[in-house]
Amino acid sequence: MAHGPKPGLTRWLYTTNHKDIGSLYLWFSFTMFLLGGCMALVIRAELFQPGLQIVQPAFFNQMTTMHGLIMVFGAVMPAFVGLANWMVPMMIGAPDMALPRMNNWSFWILPFAFTMLASTLFMEGGAPNFGWTFYAPLSTEYAPPSVTFFIFSIHIMGASSIMGAINIVATILNMRAPGMTLMKMPLFVWTWLITAYLLIAVMPVLAGVVTMMLMDIHFGTSFFSAAGGGDPVLFQHVFWFFGHPEVYIMILPAFGIVSAIIPTFARKPLFGYSSMVYATASIAFLSFIVWAHHMFTVGMPIAGELFFMYATMLIAVPTGVKVFNWVTTMFRGSMTFETPMLFSIAFVILFTLGGFSGLMLAIAPADFQYHDTYFVVAHFHYVLVPGAIFSITAGVYYWLPKWTGHMYNETMGKVHFWLAFIGLNVTFFPMHFVGLAGMPRRIPDYALQFADFNQIASVGAFLFGAAQLIFLFNVIRTVRGGSKATDEVWENPQGLEWTVPSPAPYHTFSTPPAVQ
Amino acid sequence: MLMGFKRLFAFLTLSAIAPGILAQDTAQETGESVERWGVNMTQGVTEVSRTTYDLHMLIFWICVAIGVVVFGVMFYSMWRHRKSKGYQAAQFHESTLVELAWTIVPTLILIGMAIPATKTLYDIYDTKEADLDIMITGYQWKWKYDYLGSDVAFFSTLATPHAQINNQQPKSDHYLLEVDEPLVVPVNKKIRFLITANDVIHAWWVPDLAVKKDAIPGFVNEAWTRIDEPGLYRGQCAELCGKDHGFMPIVVKAVPEDEYHSWLSDREAAAAKIKELTNKTFTFDELYARGEKIYNSTCAACHQPGGQGIPGTFPAIAGSKVATGPLNGHMSMVVNGSSKNPAMQAFGAQLSEVDIAAVITYQRNAFGNNMGDTVQPIDILNFKNK
Repeated sequence: MAHGPKPGLTRWLYTTNHKDIGSLYLWFSFTMFLLGGCMALVIRAELFQPGLQIVQPAFFNQMTTMHGLIMVFGAVMPAFVGLANWMVPMMIGAPDMALPRMNNWSFWILPFAFTMLASTLFMEGGAPNFGWTFYAPLSTEYAPPSVTFFIFSIHIMGASSIMGAINIVATILNMRAPGMTLMKMPLFVWTWLITAYLLIAVMPVLAGVVTMMLMDIHFGTSFFSAAGGGDPVLFQHVFWFFGHPEVYIMILPAFGIVSAIIPTFARKPLFGYSSMVYATASIAFLSFIVWAHHMFTVGMPIAGELFFMYATMLIAVPTGVKVFNWVTTMFRGSMTFETPMLFSIAFVILFTLGGFSGLMLAIAPADFQYHDTYFVVAHFHYVLVPGAIFSITAGVYYWLPKWTGHMYNETMGKVHFWLAFIGLNVTFFPMHFVGLAGMPRRIPDYALQFADFNQIASVGAFLFGAAQLIFLFNVIRTVRGGSKATDEVWENPQGLEWTVPSPAPYHTFSTPPAVQ
Repeated sequence: MLMGFKRLFAFLTLSAIAPGILAQDTAQETGESVERWGVNMTQGVTEVSRTTYDLHMLIFWICVAIGVVVFGVMFYSMWRHRKSKGYQAAQFHESTLVELAWTIVPTLILIGMAIPATKTLYDIYDTKEADLDIMITGYQWKWKYDYLGSDVAFFSTLATPHAQINNQQPKSDHYLLEVDEPLVVPVNKKIRFLITANDVIHAWWVPDLAVKKDAIPGFVNEAWTRIDEPGLYRGQCAELCGKDHGFMPIVVKAVPEDEYHSWLSDREAAAAKIKELTNKTFTFDELYARGEKIYNSTCAACHQPGGQGIPGTFPAIAGSKVATGPLNGHMSMVVNGSSKNPAMQAFGAQLSEVDIAAVITYQRNAFGNNMGDTVQPIDILNFKNK
C-alpha cells in the first residue's frame, strides 16, 4: 500500500484525501441527523396529546430551535458536502479536490461548532429558544445568555461552508479531465457548482446578520432595536436574503443526485440535459429575489408584496421543467426499482407535492392565512425530507457499492424505504390539515380540535425515526463486508466514477481519463 | 384505535387527580360547536375571508389537476415501462418543442392565478374610511386593546387554568382558545386595526376574519375587517414570541351595534370607578385576595404559579431580594420594570394603582415571604407622582 491511507486515528485527523473527508462529512452528518431527529421526537412526543406532559414550554422552544439549526446546518448541508467530496473529483476525472489541506480544515472545524452549539443545552437559561429563524428582538433582547455561543458557532459553520464551497468551485473549474466541457459535466457536478456560488454569496450575509446581533447584545448598537432607532424588520430582510437561497442550497444538489439515478434505473438517457442546467441556474437566480415571501405579514407596501408574489410564483416554471424532465426520462424507459430508484421516485412525487403547497404559499392573500401555521411546517418538510434527506439516502445507496466494494442488502434497503416513506407521509401529511384548520407553528400545546391529527403525526415521526436505524445497520454491514460489487455496479450507469474499480482506489485518476 | 388511546389516557388522567374538581363552566359559549377533524381553511365570516378561501381552493384544484396529469404519466410508465415486463427502453432524450411547451403552459397558468390574487390583495390593503379604530398591542404574553376615541382599554389574557394545561383537570371545550376579556366589536362596520407590539414580534391572527398581521415594536401595521354575523371568533398569536407563545389566544366577540355601544359605555363607567378606588383604604385580606388573582393572570407566566421562577430565565419571587427588600425597590420594579432585564415589563401603565398595590402586597406575603406589610393604592399613586 505505497499510496494507501495511514493507519490509525491520525489518518482521519490529518487526512487531505477527498474520499476520507467525504466519509467524515457523511458520518458527521448522520450523527447530527440522529441528534436533530431525537429532538424532533421530543417535540412530537410532547405534541402527542393536548396539555403539557413531557417538557415545559421553555425547553420545547429550545428543542424546536436546535432541531431546525442542527438539521439545516449539521445534517443536510454537510451531507451534500460529503457527497460532493466523494463524487465530484471522481465524476470530473480529477485526482483529488483542488485545495486538499483547506478541505481538512473545512471539515474539522464543524465538530467544534456543533459541540459548542449542543453545549448550550447545559448552560444556565438553556439553549437558543428563538426558532431557527431567530428573529430579533426576541433573539437579541430577550434571549438566554447562550445566544453568544450560538452566534460564534454560526460563524464557524459559515466559515466551513464557504471554505467547502470555494474548494468545490476551484475543483470543478480547474481540474476537469481534458475534453470534459462544462456542458458535458454530470448534473450533480453542475448543481453543486451552482450551489457553491449560492453558498459563497449568502453565507457572509448570515455572518453579517449574526454579527449585527452580537453588536446589539454586547456593544450597545441598535441595529434591530426600535427603541434605539433600529429596525426589527431589517433583521428579517437580511436573514431571508440569506435564508431563501439557503433552502435552495439544500435542494439543488439533490436535483443532481436524482438526475444521475433515474436514467440509470430507467436505462435511458436523462431527458433535456441542457434545460436541466438552465432550469437550475434560473432557480438559483430567482432564489435571490424572492426572500420577502417569508415576510408577507410584516406590513410591506403593496408594490413589494406584489413583486415578491409574482417572482415567487415564477419559480414554479423552472422547477416544473425539472419535474417534467424526470418524468419524461422514466417514460418509455425500462425501469427497475432498486432502493436508490425507490427513494428517487419518492423524491419526485413528494417534492412535487411540496412544490404544490409552495405555489399555494406564494399567493400572498392566501399566505396571510397559511403563514406561521403547520401548513408551512408541512410544506417545508415535504420539500426538505423527501427533497434533501431522501435524495441523500438515494445517493448513499447508489454509490455505497462504489465506495466500499460491497453490495448493501437490498431487502433491508427496501424495508428502510417503505418504512421511511410511510412514516414521512403519516408524520407530515396531517400537518397540512391542522395548519389549514388554524394551528400555529412552534406551540408546545394546542386546542382540542387539533388533537387527532397531531396524534397521528407523532406516531408517524417515531416510525420514520426507527426506519433510519435500519439504514445505519445496513450501511455499517456493507462497510464491513458483503457480496462483491462489480466496477459498474448497476446496469450501464453513466459517468467516470463507474470506470474505476469498486471499491474506488484511495487515489483515483493519477493520469486524467479520456472524455470523448 | 386512536380514540381508544385517548379514552385510556383520559381515564388515567382523571383517576390520578383528586376527585371533586368541577368541570370548567363553559355554558356561556354553548352556542358554538367544537369542530373535530378540521381539514380545510375556514370560509370565515367576512367578504375577504370568503374571497381568500375561494382563491385557496382555486389554486388547490389547479395543483390537483396538474398532479393528476404528471403523476398519471409517471405511474403509467412505472406500470407499463418496466424491465420485468420485458419493455425495451427508447433512447430519445431531447425535444426543443416539448421543453418550450412546458415552460410556456405553466407560465400561462400562473398568470391565471396571479390575476384574482392581485385583486384580493388590493382589497385587503384598502384600510380607508373605517367606522372604528382599535389599537392592538402585543405583549409577552397578552394582548392589549385600545378603543381609539374612548377611554376603554384593557388586556386580554389566557383564561384556561394551569391545572388544565398540566392535566390535573379535564380540558374545557375551548381549551387554550379562551380569554378573560374578549375584544368586543360591532358587526357590519368597517373596523380598522392598528397593530403594534411592546416587546418582541407577535402576530395577531383570527382565521374567521382572515386577518393576520405582525405586531412589531416600533411599527404600526394596519389591517381591517367587516364581520357579517354576531359570534365568537377565536385565533392565536402566530409568531414565536417566547416561552408562552402557545398561550396567547385571541377571542373576538362580534355583537349587534346597539349592544356594542351599551358595552362600551359600561366599560367607560367601570374605568371611572376603578380610578375612584385609588383613594380607598383596603384591608390586608382584600389586597391579598385581589393580588393573588392579578399575580396569576399577569405574573405567573414568567415567575410561575408557585413563585419559584425559572432558574436562569425568570427570577423567583419566593425569597427574592426585591420582594423581601425595601418597599420602594419593589414598587419601582413593578411600576417601571427592570432596566437590566427587558423581560420584566413596566406595569405602571398596564395595571391600575389598586391592582399594583394588591399584587405587591401579595408578593411580599405569599410564597413564604411573610413580610407582613400592606401597600395601599394611594402609596402607588404617590410613588408614580414622585
